[in-house]
Amino acid sequence: MYQIIRKERLHQTIYSMWIEAPQVAQSVQPGQFIILMVKEKGERIPLTVADFNREKGLIRIVFQVVGKTTDELSILEEGDRLFSFIGPLGKKTEIEDYGTVVTVGGGTGIACIHPIARALKEAGNKVISIIGARSKDLIIMEEELKRASSELIVTTDDGSYGRKGFVTQVLKELLDQNKAVKKVWAIGPAIMMKVTCETTRPYAVETIVSLNSIMVDGTGMCGSCRVTIGGETKFVCTDGPEFDGQLVDWEEFMNRLTRYKPQEKRSWEIYQEHNPTCTCGRRQE
Amino acid sequence: MAQMIPVKERMKRDQVPMPEQDPQERIHNFREVPLGYSKEQAIYEAQRCLQCKVPKCRQGCPAEINIPQFVQKIVEEDFKGAYLEILKTDNLPAITGRVCPQEEQCQKYCILGRQKRPIAIGRLERFVADWARENDIHGELPSLTPKEQKIAIVGSGPAGLTCAADLAKLGYQVTLFEALHQPGGVLVYGIPEFRLPKSIVEYEIKEIERLGVKVITDFVVGATLRVDQLAKDYDALFLANGAGAPRFMNIPGENLNEVYSANEFLTRSNLMKAYAFPEYDTPIKIGKRAATIGAGNVAMDSARTALRLGAEKSYIVYRRSRQEVPAREEEVYHAEEEGVIFNFLTLPIKILGDEQGKVIGMECLKMELGEPDESGRRRPIPISGSNFLIEVDMVIDAIGTSANPIVARSASGVKTNKWGYFIVEENTKATTRPGIFAGGDIVRGSATVISAVGDGKVAARAIDEFLSSGGSLRKG
Repeated sequence: MYQIIRKERLHQTIYSMWIEAPQVAQSVQPGQFIILMVKEKGERIPLTVADFNREKGLIRIVFQVVGKTTDELSILEEGDRLFSFIGPLGKKTEIEDYGTVVTVGGGTGIACIHPIARALKEAGNKVISIIGARSKDLIIMEEELKRASSELIVTTDDGSYGRKGFVTQVLKELLDQNKAVKKVWAIGPAIMMKVTCETTRPYAVETIVSLNSIMVDGTGMCGSCRVTIGGETKFVCTDGPEFDGQLVDWEEFMNRLTRYKPQEKRSWEIYQEHNPTCTCGRRQE
Repeated sequence: MAQMIPVKERMKRDQVPMPEQDPQERIHNFREVPLGYSKEQAIYEAQRCLQCKVPKCRQGCPAEINIPQFVQKIVEEDFKGAYLEILKTDNLPAITGRVCPQEEQCQKYCILGRQKRPIAIGRLERFVADWARENDIHGELPSLTPKEQKIAIVGSGPAGLTCAADLAKLGYQVTLFEALHQPGGVLVYGIPEFRLPKSIVEYEIKEIERLGVKVITDFVVGATLRVDQLAKDYDALFLANGAGAPRFMNIPGENLNEVYSANEFLTRSNLMKAYAFPEYDTPIKIGKRAATIGAGNVAMDSARTALRLGAEKSYIVYRRSRQEVPAREEEVYHAEEEGVIFNFLTLPIKILGDEQGKVIGMECLKMELGEPDESGRRRPIPISGSNFLIEVDMVIDAIGTSANPIVARSASGVKTNKWGYFIVEENTKATTRPGIFAGGDIVRGSATVISAVGDGKVAARAIDEFLSSGGSLRKG
C-alpha cells in the first residue's frame, strides 16, 4: 500500500507524486485532502489532493520542500512506500453550474486548485484560472490548468513569464471588466488568500479559500486546526478545508500557522547536520 | 502451592500496597508509575480473599470476570490458570487491570471493603496478565468451525477490541477499522505511557489478532468509505468510533497558540510521541506554568504530562469543589504527589495574550456551591467581583468531548440523540437500524474504558443472536 508510482520534480523544491491508495481514490472529491506519514517516527501532514485516478487507484500530491518532513518525502523514489496515508478528509468543494467563476492558485496552491477548476468546468462553468508565482520556474502544472480551465492567465512577480505582477492585480482587472463572475476560489499561501479576499470584497463576489492549518489526526478529534469563521470556532479538518474567505479571522489563522516555528527550525537544523548530502546540497543547485 | 490461611487471619491482613516509582523521580520520565506486585505480594494479597459463596465483587465487573476463581488460582500459584480464567471474558486484562476504576466496581462490592480493605482485584489482574505476557502464555484459539458471517467494527478502542475478540472467539470473521495509523483508540492516543505503557496495548491487540481478527488502519469510516457502503459488504456492524470531538470553553483567547485541547495535547504526546521530539518529528509546546481546565481523568493525565514535559508549575483549575472531582481517587492522589496544584471553585473566563499573542495569564472567577443541579452535584455559582488572575503561559482544555459526526452522517437509518450520540437499546446495543450496533463513548459520551469493554461484550452477544437467528445486513 501507499507505493509511490510516479515521481516528478516540478521545480528545484517542488515535487509531484502519484501514490497508490485505491480506497482514497475511490471516494475522493475535489477540494478534499489527505494526511500522510513518511515513516513511523514521522509527523502527520495534510496535503490537498492535486489530482486522482479512480481506475488506477492513484492520488496525486504536490508539495514544496519547506522542512524535515517534506524533505524526507522528496527523497523517496518510485517504488518506495509511505508509512501512512489516509483520506479523503474534509468536505468536498461545492461544485455547481454557477456561470462564470474564477479559480486562483498561488505557489503549490496551483496544484490544489487544479481538480476544483476541472470539476467546475465539467459542471458547465466558464472557468477563468489565474495562477501565479514569484518567477517562471515556480509556475507548475500549467498544461493541466490550461486543460482544466476555459481560460488561463499566468502571472509572475518578477515578470519572467506571463503577466508581471500578482494574481490579485489580474483578478481585480477581471472583476472590473467582467461583471458576470459569480464566485472565486483562491488557494495558496495565507497572505495571498487574504489579499485575494480583500480584492474581491468591494465587488461582493463570494470567495472561497482552502485553509492549510496545522493538524494531527485530521478527523475532528484534536482541534489543532481550529480557526475563527465569522466569530465562531470551526475545525478546518471537518468543517473545511474550504470556507468563505470574507469570514476568516486571518490574523489568528496566520498566527496559528507559526505555532511550532522554533521546534520546526530546530528539527530541520538537526536533520541537515546529519544529512549534509541531502536537500541542503540540492537546494543550492 | 501457597497455603490457604484461616479466615480470621485473612481478615487481619492489610491490603498489600502497590510499589510505585518515587514522585520526584517519575516527574522526569514517562515510565509507568505503579511497578506491579511481585509473585509473593500477589499471593499474599490473594490469600486475603474470603472466597464468598455468593461473590458480590462479580456484579461490579462489566468484563464479567469470575474474580474469586482467578484469585484462588493465584493462591494456588497456578498463574496460567488464573490468566486463562480472566481471558474467558476479558480480552484486555493488562489494560483493564491498570485503568479500571476498581474502587467503583468490583472492589466496591468486596465484603472486605467494609473495613476499607477490599481485595486489590485490579492489581491482581494486572499481575496475572503481566506474568502471562512475560512468560509467553497465550489464550486458546477458537476451536469452533469458522462461521461464514462477516462483521465490521468501526473503531479499535476498548469497545471495538472487546467486541471483535468476543465475536472471533465465536468463529465469526471480524474486520476492525481504525482511522489512525495505529490501533487502540483512546488506549494509544489518550492514556499516557506512565499510566498505560503502549507496548502492553500493542501486545494485547496482537493477542486479539491471533484470534483471527483483521485490523485495518488508516481507514476513516465515514470518509474513506461510508457506513452505508460497509453495510452492503458485511452481515453486521458495530460502531465504536469514540466520542472524539474536543469541547472548548468558548471564552476569549481560547484560540491563542499556547492553548490546547486535552485531545491534541495528549495525542501529540502519546500517539505521536512528541515527548521524544526531535527523535520523533511531532512537536509539542510546553510552558513553564501550565493550567489544565477540568478535573476528570483526562485532566489529571494532561496536568501530569505537562509536568513530565518540563512545566515548572502545573495547575488543575476546576469550577466545583474537591468532593465533585470526577477523576479516580488514585489519579488525584498521584497528581498531588507529583506536585500538581489544585485550584477548586475557580472558573476561567478569559485567556490573556501579550502583543505577540502569547498566553500570559488566565482571568478567573471564584465560585461557591449552590443547590444540587441535574447531575445531583451542587451547582457552582460565580461570586461577582471575585475576578483574579492566574499567571500561566499555557492552557489545556480538559472539559470533555462531544460527538464526532463523521461516522453518523454516513449511516442512514441510524438515529442519534440531540447531542449526536447513537441511540441504542440498553440490553443489546442495537441502533435504530437492524444489524447495526453501537457502544462505547459514541453512545455514552465521555465514559470509562471498562464501560466501553462492557458495551463491546453486550453487543457481541446481541450480534451473535442477530446472526444466529438468520439476520444479515446484506439481506437488506
